[in-house]
Amino acid sequence: MTRDTLQERLAPWICTIALLLFWEGACRGFAIDPFILPPPSAVAGAFVKYWSPLLKNAWVTLWTTLVGFAIAVGFGLLLGIVIGWSRVIYNGLYPMMVGFNAVPKVAVVPILIIWFGIGEVPAIITAFLIFFFPIVVNVATGIATIEPELEDVLRALGARKMDIMVKVGIPRSLPYFFASLKVAITLAFVGAVVSETVGANVGIGNLMLQAGANFQLPLVFAGLVTLAVMGIVMYALFARLEVRLAGWAFRSGMNASR
Amino acid sequence: MDALVALDDVSLTYGGAADGTLALDGTSLRIGGGEFVAVVGPSGCGKSSLMKLVTGLVRPQKGAVTVAGREVTGPVKIAGMAFQNPSLLPWRTTRDNILLPLEIVQPHRSRFRAHRAEYIAKVEALLATVGLAGCGDRFPWQLSGGMQQRASLCRALIHEPELLMLDEPFAALDAFTREDLWCVLRDLWEARRFTVILVTHDLHEAVFLADTIHVMSARPGRIVATRQVDFPRPRDLSICYEPAFVERVQELRQYIAGVRLA
Repeated sequence: MTRDTLQERLAPWICTIALLLFWEGACRGFAIDPFILPPPSAVAGAFVKYWSPLLKNAWVTLWTTLVGFAIAVGFGLLLGIVIGWSRVIYNGLYPMMVGFNAVPKVAVVPILIIWFGIGEVPAIITAFLIFFFPIVVNVATGIATIEPELEDVLRALGARKMDIMVKVGIPRSLPYFFASLKVAITLAFVGAVVSETVGANVGIGNLMLQAGANFQLPLVFAGLVTLAVMGIVMYALFARLEVRLAGWAFRSGMNASR
Repeated sequence: MDALVALDDVSLTYGGAADGTLALDGTSLRIGGGEFVAVVGPSGCGKSSLMKLVTGLVRPQKGAVTVAGREVTGPVKIAGMAFQNPSLLPWRTTRDNILLPLEIVQPHRSRFRAHRAEYIAKVEALLATVGLAGCGDRFPWQLSGGMQQRASLCRALIHEPELLMLDEPFAALDAFTREDLWCVLRDLWEARRFTVILVTHDLHEAVFLADTIHVMSARPGRIVATRQVDFPRPRDLSICYEPAFVERVQELRQYIAGVRLA
């Protein structure tokens, strides 16, 4: 991409700092009770005081989310390719996939806890579900929308379906794939946290639940900030990876994401 | 002249024999080896179906398609194709786009890895003949429409097919670029003498390039007239403005106007 100017690079930091200053100022100016809304300074204090449990629980949330993500990428790519493989399968399964995708995954968490009990497993599966359907739907779309002329060119040369998939279908679906990841990563933390809140004894969600029960509101907010930071970092990682692997899509007309 | 491509009383229906659209009805056609053939006709007359039949992508319900002495039952593999849309892969460089057929068609497929350097040299040579020397490293989106179409021609020709199938390849280009590409195609054909089937709406293009012009009727398509074009070769663009040329175009035009009404 083009080189950012210094202003463009600094802009997100300045906005963030401005928000924090406004928050701090509002809390002090209106003398808001820290039990209702703790100022950023108190949240920072909670970070200093509780950095060890925060880190430990954030790590659990992160790895459960990432394990769910990894499984979703594997199965999602596979199923996406199968669905995109033929018109019939695509037409048959696509509406169902959209339907599954429309189900709020958070609503499934209680069922998962009944099935798998308290612990990391429901959190992993929740994250998996959140990633899985967008990946399938987007990869299938990328593959199913190959230009028919190009398919003709290759088929006339004796290309097998597998050749067309490997040479055209899968690379072509990458921009769709990353578009879905960037949406899913932020939702995945939601899923992991909800399932930790409902049925786990570790994780940021659980930490926030307990802190809330003890009226340690600064610690609850520290948990929220931790989640926000993890979300931003993961998003940025995927965005980086996207430019690496599917950077062509930004310049050619086929700009599915962003 | 021995026929490289022969269609005998071919009928093709899309979407079920009973209630589908009849695209071609009793079409017969003979194309000799090394001949440059243009197929013209009103839109929707089944010209693209003709391409699919000859390359073996679809099979006729009735009649037989023969290519190089054998009845077509599957992809023919001796054909290269190019369309109005260059459909180059945006994640591959121009060079890698042109290499694509070699990664697929035998015998190149199995010797591709070991002989990559040799194939790249071949691509560079071909790029130079169409006026794209040194553009191999560029991505398709960095090329103009005319350059993309040149690259698309290269992709169709890289495996040295005996038969080149072109489906309105220059229709989306501006007039000057189109004339440039006519000359590129003319020179390629003069040099290699492969057989060309050029489907086009542009009668000037057909008369300028082809030896033989087949006129198709509106759907269901069949060949209603065949005209030989005997202007001496190699032809220069200036012949497009000679009275004999214009007369030929005019005659074809009336034919097509007639079949459109019919």
